[in-house]
Amino acid sequence: MTSAPRPAPPPRPAADRPGADAPRPPFDQLISDHGAVVLRVCRAVCGPIEADDAWQETFLSALEAYPRLAPCSDPRGWLITIAHRKAIDQHRRAQRIPEPRAELPDIPTGHGIPGDDRRQQAADLWAAVATLPFKQRAAVAYHHLAGLPYAAVGELIGCSEPAARRSAADGVAALRARYRGALA
Amino acid sequence: MTDLFADLPAEATGPLRARLAAAAAQRGLLDVAYRTLDSPLGSLLLAATPAGLVTIAYAVQDHDAVLASLATRISPRVIRTGLGLDETARQIDEYFAGRRHTFDTPIDLQLARGFRRTVLQHLRQVGYGTTTSYAGLAAAAGSPNAVRAVGTACATNPLPIVLPCHRVIRSDGSPGHYVGGDAAKTALLALETSQETR
Repeated sequence: MTSAPRPAPPPRPAADRPGADAPRPPFDQLISDHGAVVLRVCRAVCGPIEADDAWQETFLSALEAYPRLAPCSDPRGWLITIAHRKAIDQHRRAQRIPEPRAELPDIPTGHGIPGDDRRQQAADLWAAVATLPFKQRAAVAYHHLAGLPYAAVGELIGCSEPAARRSAADGVAALRARYRGALA
Repeated sequence: MTDLFADLPAEATGPLRARLAAAAAQRGLLDVAYRTLDSPLGSLLLAATPAGLVTIAYAVQDHDAVLASLATRISPRVIRTGLGLDETARQIDEYFAGRRHTFDTPIDLQLARGFRRTVLQHLRQVGYGTTTSYAGLAAAAGSPNAVRAVGTACATNPLPIVLPCHRVIRSDGSPGHYVGGDAAKTALLALETSQETR
């Protein structure tokens, strides 16, 4: 499998470049390897209710584009990029309905079903994440859930690496203040 | 990294995957569907394109390697789903239970070309419980001298069981080799003989 000498691969996944001849793994492998992480990212960025639909749209778009994906690219970063586009679309739709932002509500703690504490904790955490400004929850999700480096996070959300780092730090600080379950 | 997310329960993506497969099929993006089936001869990998069943693979063929090959040779849009395969799986179950002698599932022979494909097409005429020789199949395929090529066609049969290459044996009556292992061939021949004489 030889190919013409090429300059160093670009640092970001190039989704739309015509694919080279190198083999791609079966798409199902991407779902197995990254499906759960992408779902968490969708929960964080799009909210618990929209997460399933965002996941579907992300993987359908990815499936459609997959044969053209450059084989050298990083599939997780690529999937998160697609999920981010879906999240922006959804965020813009949601913004047409004015969001009350002045006073942040207390996070409902819920009455956990006995023996189901972790599930309840997770629901509380996602509810807390949903109260963060979009940029902060995106930065938290892409770095802390998906493991993307801050440089990549900044490129995704349209800011510098230090700004991405600050957004994520602010988001985590706000979560610590509002979400007590993780500290209990 | 923060520990805030350390205790999240595992995400269950099963229902989402099923929904994705259905949406992919609807949009014409399900190029290769696959599932596995437990059989008396071990786990079988079944794969289909929209045109029909394209591969059956024994565990000894290494299912991961077969899937990687399908992704390269057909399309990387490979998804695990029972869509378009559950009926085939049911027919194979019935075959192993002795209740089915022929398969009526659509097949896609795109993985076999040229003379190999011709040979595979002639396999369907070798009936349940009967056998032919490599030389006999070569003659039936119109090339009586191509006995070795017939052997290769059988050895690379992408659809064993459904295209019954196990019914092709050596002229001396010994079973010969098989894509699923020689023991699997003997077992299939024994299964069919026992059912045929009932």
